[in-house]
Amino acid sequence: MSSQDIPEENLPAEQAAHEGAHGAVSVADEKNPFADPGLPPHEHRIQDVDERAARRSERTVALLFTVSMLAAVAFIASYVAIPKDKAIYVFPLGHISALNFALGLTLGLALFCIGAGAVHWARTLMSDVEVADERHAIAADPDTRAKVHADFKLGAQESQLGRRKLIRTTMLGALTLVPLSGIVLLRDLGPLPGDKLRHTLWAKGKRLVNMNTNLPLRPEDVAVGSLTFAMPDGLKETDEDFQTEIAKAALMIVRLQPDNIKDKRELDWSHQGVVAYSKICTHVGCPISLYEQQTHHVLCPCHQSTFDLSDGARVIFGPAGHALPQLRIGVDSEGYLQALGDFEEPVGPAFWERG
Amino acid sequence: MSTTSSNESRSRGKAPAGERVADWADGRLGIYSLAKANMRKIFPDHWSFMLGEVCMYSFLIIILTGVYLTLFFHPSMNEVVYHGSYVPLQGQLMSEAFNSTLHISFDVRGGLLIRQIHHWAALIFLGGMFVHMMRVFFTGAFRKPREVNWLFGFLLFVLGMFTGFTGYSLPDDLLSGTGVRFMEGAILSVPVVGTYLSFFLFGGQFPGGDFVARFYSIHILLLPGIMLGLMVGHLILVFYHKHTQFAGPGKTNNNVVGMPLLPVYMAKAGGFFFLVFGVIAAIAALFSVNPIWAMGPYRPDQVSTGAQPDWYMGFAEGLIRAMPGWEINFWGHTLILGVFIPLVMFGVVLMMIALYPFVESWVTGDKSEHHILDRPRNAPTRTAFGVAWITIYMVGLIGGGNDLFATHFHLSLNAVTWFVRIAFFAGPVLAFVITKRICLGLQRRDRDKVLHGRETGIIKRLPHGEFIEVHEPLSQEQLHTLTAHEQYQPAEIGPTVDENGVERKVKGSEKLRAKLSNAYYGEDSQIPKPSVEEYKEITSGHGHH
Repeated sequence: MSSQDIPEENLPAEQAAHEGAHGAVSVADEKNPFADPGLPPHEHRIQDVDERAARRSERTVALLFTVSMLAAVAFIASYVAIPKDKAIYVFPLGHISALNFALGLTLGLALFCIGAGAVHWARTLMSDVEVADERHAIAADPDTRAKVHADFKLGAQESQLGRRKLIRTTMLGALTLVPLSGIVLLRDLGPLPGDKLRHTLWAKGKRLVNMNTNLPLRPEDVAVGSLTFAMPDGLKETDEDFQTEIAKAALMIVRLQPDNIKDKRELDWSHQGVVAYSKICTHVGCPISLYEQQTHHVLCPCHQSTFDLSDGARVIFGPAGHALPQLRIGVDSEGYLQALGDFEEPVGPAFWERG
Repeated sequence: MSTTSSNESRSRGKAPAGERVADWADGRLGIYSLAKANMRKIFPDHWSFMLGEVCMYSFLIIILTGVYLTLFFHPSMNEVVYHGSYVPLQGQLMSEAFNSTLHISFDVRGGLLIRQIHHWAALIFLGGMFVHMMRVFFTGAFRKPREVNWLFGFLLFVLGMFTGFTGYSLPDDLLSGTGVRFMEGAILSVPVVGTYLSFFLFGGQFPGGDFVARFYSIHILLLPGIMLGLMVGHLILVFYHKHTQFAGPGKTNNNVVGMPLLPVYMAKAGGFFFLVFGVIAAIAALFSVNPIWAMGPYRPDQVSTGAQPDWYMGFAEGLIRAMPGWEINFWGHTLILGVFIPLVMFGVVLMMIALYPFVESWVTGDKSEHHILDRPRNAPTRTAFGVAWITIYMVGLIGGGNDLFATHFHLSLNAVTWFVRIAFFAGPVLAFVITKRICLGLQRRDRDKVLHGRETGIIKRLPHGEFIEVHEPLSQEQLHTLTAHEQYQPAEIGPTVDENGVERKVKGSEKLRAKLSNAYYGEDSQIPKPSVEEYKEITSGHGHH
């Protein structure tokens, strides 16, 4: 890692010293046409030589500051005068909130004019003579370096940390253990996963309820070519854990021609061609919502994983790693669609313990 | 003692009030020695130096508007029924977070404006940091002594991404909720601990009732607190190192040429804050950003098409969309490579640019300070690496919007995805080769300009009938500027046999460095700058040709 195995003369600083091209600033060096000619002479601006131009600049700056004041007043006036539900048509933006439009533009103008005034003032009236400041090496000089090292050694010696091994060991032990209490405190951030990701609300005999109508579904309600979303009977939007439950239980139902179903298990688990699959994508958990009637492909709109519903919902394109879990369904005595058990495998994105 | 009393008597006299306040403060805070070093500090002028200012000011604007938003926002996931003034959502169940965001947008006068300024400023902040980082990269401003400040800046960029992500997730709308779900899926893919991490972050199963409150404290306190500290450190180091400058007449590695802080830069930089703020306010007045009312409250079983993260997360999104869905099942466990590899790649790609300065300084072995900026063409390998990195980043961004590219340009979605998969590997290589060629071409042109002068476009016919183009020799200023850059020689592996004939072992790292150094500074990687002898030989006597 050290530079010792690179010959010094390969470094640019060394070469420059040889050529004398980059070292000291040499003004108009006859021998070196590339020498630094030094700072160019200052060129006066019109404001530096013509007082009338300078006064024009002053008036421009003052005008900008005045416009800012007027805009600030207009901002307050808009705040008071414009009702918050008023919409106006602005080409080409369309119908937008009048209050937001007025407040934003007046505030923008008030701020912008302060900035424009200050910059114009700096550029036209303040001195534009370029000045050179010296740089000093960041690293300390050898004396300072030696002094600091000596001081540190002395301090370390006086602390006796090196000699008193018992103190050192126990101190390190104490400082290592104390942070553990902070880590332990984080334990209650959440419950342990357990088998929570393996189970959903679906169970034998749970009816499939249409998500839109909140009514139990019959097989004849599911038309060919349509995509129906369902949830388990008994789950209500007002339930406290509705969001968490629907995140696992959301169901997607389509009707296929039974002889179009290529996968044998899919056929077994369907009812008269009606199949039910988890709506939650097995990639990272987006709800799948695009259905292509002709091919029976469904597509997740988030990352475009595509599944073939006529073939066990296997992945045919995109980043998903495995097929959508199917829910085994049948009809109950009253002719409503019902689940014949929970999903056999976890729904949603894969996880380490999924197996 | 006598000096104190004379000071006091003077301050009781006619000294102006400002001076007396300053004396008071100096007696307690020692402000005069601070001001002595900094009040007339010189800053060089170049348009690209203002990119960092854009970041600093948008960060301040974000803090100002963010404080205002906290006055009205309720970081709670309790479900309530909406009764506000936005008619289409009345009677809907939604979280308090979403409800209060609607309240800010429709019932607090100016609330929508502040929300939109906050969001636009965040987009500009991240964009500004990206461009500023590229400016620093391509001009070599990260070299010694500024490596630490490069890392500070890099951390600000990364933390900014996560602050942005936690911020736009707070309203608990359908779009951002989908993004949070994506993040949960990505966390689940982490081997061994992923499921536990997810349960601890969300307080149980997704979405649970905790994440908005937790993201809130991360978004408004934890991350911005760290970022504020980093930004102050970043600025202190800029002051301490003094700003870099481009080569030019009178500008050396040992000076800094420009105009003083007081008054010119106070006015310019202070004014620039107002310019940035003004422009962002106008953008917020004209262009809607994140209209959460159009998306509705989050439901884990609903989604809209064309779901996109904010631009700075698009790169990660692209990686995850393009990756094939590899999953390995073994011994009752699942290794979700299809999600975990993109997650790791996200970090790897970012680390590549973060660690680059250390690689370069190892290859050059250069331990000296650098205050003169490189023109990108004069460091072809670095420039080519940077462009290759940007190419990876941009390919990721295209991948993150593959559905939009497909619908807007009437392309097959699958074709766009395949393009991204191939371009992720081929793109950077191609970009590297092309950029290096362009840099070398530009170096050759500079060399020609120095040796033969500027092409004037004037054609002259010589007495014997030959036509020549008149070249105008460059001024000494231009000659100096074009030849001021440093050129390294490739490092060689020194003699492997010492004077006593004993063979020494050449370490692998030494060989690697020699190889890299050759790739950086070998014959094919830089055009030797004209020497004084060459110049004199060409310009002496026989005129132009």
